[in-house]
Amino acid sequence: MEYAIEVHQLIKRYEDFTLGPIDLKVPKGYLIGYIGENGSGKSTTLKAILGLIQPDSGKITVFGNQVKDNPQLLNKIGVVFDNLFLPGEMKLKEVGKYCSLSFTTWQSKQFEEYLHQFKLSPNKKVKDLSRGMKMKLSLSIALSHQAELLILDEATSGLDPVVRDEILDILLEFLQNESHTVLISSHILSDLEKTADYIAFLHKGKLLFMEQKDQLIEEYGLCSVSNEAMKTIDPEAIVGKRSHAFGQELLVKRSLVPESMELSKPSIEDIMIFIIKGEV
Amino acid sequence: MNIQISNLSSEPIYLQIKNQLKAAIITGEMKEDEQLPSIRYLAKELRISVITTKRAYDELEAEGFITSVQGKGSFVSRQNEELIREEQLKQIEEALMEAIEKGKLIGLTIEDLQKNLEVLGGHD
Repeated sequence: MEYAIEVHQLIKRYEDFTLGPIDLKVPKGYLIGYIGENGSGKSTTLKAILGLIQPDSGKITVFGNQVKDNPQLLNKIGVVFDNLFLPGEMKLKEVGKYCSLSFTTWQSKQFEEYLHQFKLSPNKKVKDLSRGMKMKLSLSIALSHQAELLILDEATSGLDPVVRDEILDILLEFLQNESHTVLISSHILSDLEKTADYIAFLHKGKLLFMEQKDQLIEEYGLCSVSNEAMKTIDPEAIVGKRSHAFGQELLVKRSLVPESMELSKPSIEDIMIFIIKGEV
Repeated sequence: MNIQISNLSSEPIYLQIKNQLKAAIITGEMKEDEQLPSIRYLAKELRISVITTKRAYDELEAEGFITSVQGKGSFVSRQNEELIREEQLKQIEEALMEAIEKGKLIGLTIEDLQKNLEVLGGHD
């Protein structure tokens, strides 16, 4: 398998928080959801990948090369972060010109088309955009310099469902090219969950797993049982539990419980919550 | 062609796709050499992961229903009559097994079922 990003033994230490060591390989051609609670280190990882922060140790390559030695690699990476690094007084029609100075592969016509598609007026100023519009502008920029890899950091959090839906369409369109890859970090996946190929799960600075989403959903099951019934279940099978006044809710490994047990499909969010909060 | 995904079904999504495509091939709705939608296009339209659709296609190919050509896409295989017959026999067997199990629940023997079958068949 070819990888768009390879992270090897990445460590970044802060006074009150340590990220890593992280080993993460992002396969080319897929949509990867990088999930974890706020403060689990998702943004730190993404910034390290982009060479925006200097790790204490470890090696990171994008398309086989290190970003810090090959700044032209940034042409191939479309970045959408939580905030927009553009002067507030700048008009959108000037943004294109500004970007053409940063990216040697800038496609001004494509950028104009995206502005049109997203109904962003070229005469509007950056500071007058709503959060959803800023996000769309950011995505328009990311998609207008022939990027092969999109990195989105919490980009869709806090947007309304209609805008999220539009963005999902754009990402799926981008992925029609099988050499294109999307890495998206989020603390809520919701609508993206269905289309994600892989889920990487970060918890307290450590990567708990990176697995195919389908496998995750098939591997685990949710059930509600009485306190007595829980005693008959193999303790190894229980991944997480939520005890309440009237019984137990369990996240179990399907392979370790009797087939007759009625299990429902968990969402990725269920798995995340049970693993974090339901430590057995 | 229609493909419907149900999130309520306990059947995994890749299997739902696989079975619906297989049915379309067996019934002749999809003809020999006809091109299937690309994996990425199907994933985008149904809003499911590429891996899910890929798994459905891989299994259909392993079972001989479709053929994939690198760089060109996937096509309905030249219809293997034997294969279709086998698949249909398998479905009949499954239906009969179900009848046997249900019969057992109310104490019917195999002979009882045979009689039943003859009566039903005689109506044709």
